[in-house]
Amino acid sequence: MDLTSEEQRTLAGDDGEAARIAMAVLVDLGAVFGADRLIPVAQVHIDATLYMVDAGVAFAERMAATGGRFRVPTSLNPSAVDLLHPEALRPPPDLLENSRRLERAYLSMGAAPTWTCAPYQQGMVPRFGQQIAWAESNAIVFANSVIGARTNRYGDLMDICAAVVGKAPCFGLHLETHRHAELVIDASALPRSVQYDPATYPLLGYIVGELAGDRIPAVLGIPPDVPVRALKSFGAAAASSGAVGLFHMVGVTPEARCLEMCTGGRKMEEIHAVTAKDLAGAAARLSNPDLSRPDLIVVGCPHYAYAEMTTMARLLDGRRVNPGIAFWAFTGRCAYGWMRHSGLLQALTNAGVTVFTDACPLLYPGESWPFTAALSDSAKFVNYCTSQTGLPAAIGSLADCVETAVTGRFRRSAFP
Amino acid sequence: MNVILKGCPVVAGHAAGRVLKSDQSISFWGGVDPHTGCIVDPRHDLFGQSVAGRVLAFPVGKGSSTGSLILLELARVGLAPAAIVTIRCEPILATGPIVIKHFYGRQIPVITLSAEDFDRLETGQPVEVDAESGTVRIEIDKKSLS
Repeated sequence: MDLTSEEQRTLAGDDGEAARIAMAVLVDLGAVFGADRLIPVAQVHIDATLYMVDAGVAFAERMAATGGRFRVPTSLNPSAVDLLHPEALRPPPDLLENSRRLERAYLSMGAAPTWTCAPYQQGMVPRFGQQIAWAESNAIVFANSVIGARTNRYGDLMDICAAVVGKAPCFGLHLETHRHAELVIDASALPRSVQYDPATYPLLGYIVGELAGDRIPAVLGIPPDVPVRALKSFGAAAASSGAVGLFHMVGVTPEARCLEMCTGGRKMEEIHAVTAKDLAGAAARLSNPDLSRPDLIVVGCPHYAYAEMTTMARLLDGRRVNPGIAFWAFTGRCAYGWMRHSGLLQALTNAGVTVFTDACPLLYPGESWPFTAALSDSAKFVNYCTSQTGLPAAIGSLADCVETAVTGRFRRSAFP
Repeated sequence: MNVILKGCPVVAGHAAGRVLKSDQSISFWGGVDPHTGCIVDPRHDLFGQSVAGRVLAFPVGKGSSTGSLILLELARVGLAPAAIVTIRCEPILATGPIVIKHFYGRQIPVITLSAEDFDRLETGQPVEVDAESGTVRIEIDKKSLS
């Protein structure tokens, strides 16, 4: 890799230990993937923000203590706790303490306290074509696909290194020539009512992730006016069932005004048609078949935007959550602030919904809560729920979530 | 008699161990318990098995970007795989072993094999992974003795 003299000095340790480690990681990673140079990035999003393991705290604290400072605007993924209401998720003392240690380390290096997995909706939005270094799989796929910014699927720790250096190795999805579709998924046979049903998109994303693996899919047949909420849940699902970092939706996403544009004119050998039956199959694969009565309902994985909170409030329609059910909605600080100022937060709280900011529903301290089963509108949440929280889980539409919450009886619409 | 499979080095290092192989992809986050090293996704064909000290072979990484942090913790507590053999290596998978090298000064070699060579690996085989030359040496004799 060709390094500038400045980069070589950083690698030699002239800018301190943190910058040396960060540069060494970037250079090694670039060498693996054939990068010829580093490129400046406009933003970094750090994923390693949820306390899970001591190695994460050790890395962040040592980077901060050895002079690490973020050289570009840097946003933070959720914490393991609601940092504004630290008791709300009933964290054990060590979880809160470790979360505070991560908070101190990242803020001391210059991060913005965004604490959200949807920075693309919460005040840190990159523009089309911009080079960025993001971690957090759902944020990566949204930035690449829906916005057309450019990042690889960076992992925890690499994100911190990119923020300290302000650069990323130039390979993969940073390059226009590496952003072409590699397979086609044709959803045009889905009935129109299914195409316009928001509950379709997490399931479709789940299927696309399974089919694509780590390749770039082009999806055909999606209505051009599909809402952002659908694209967000689609991408989050595809990035959890597969390693999808970029998808194209022909006529919807900016690098796919037509199929030829996103394939680079190459003929696509692999084409899969998706039917309504496939969607039902995905819902069945994701959901625990024995689940009969969820007592935890989770929305906001990824973090709900303000608009999604208003959609949920409309479906609640003034009704109250059944006392036997916990209805949890997760968001970031921007939307939370707007909800507080508009009265939406008070209205949802009065209806029995608990709104958390900063935190992640997959990391709630299970030992502090008596839940037996979870229902969510997020394929990502349901995909990881059992292994992360031990709870059996099922996927439902947002309307299913709201009706189950209000009546206390498990409503699962036929999918779809 | 040994069989030598020639692949591409991804992360440098040299390791020996017994193969733990799956034809399914692995997500370290949500898929591997960082405190025990065991595969905890009940839908995975290696469910319940420990990756510690094994030459972990799977076709491609998947899932959330927290995987590299889980691998760093596995290295911190001594439960990391000895080496990783894969068909396609993506950045999240490579990041863990690279950071482990610079942060803890330890090696978890990673190499990629062709799909045909990958198919020749079997769980339980004793192998040596040399990421300088990009080879996996299957020790057939040891296997027959064991």
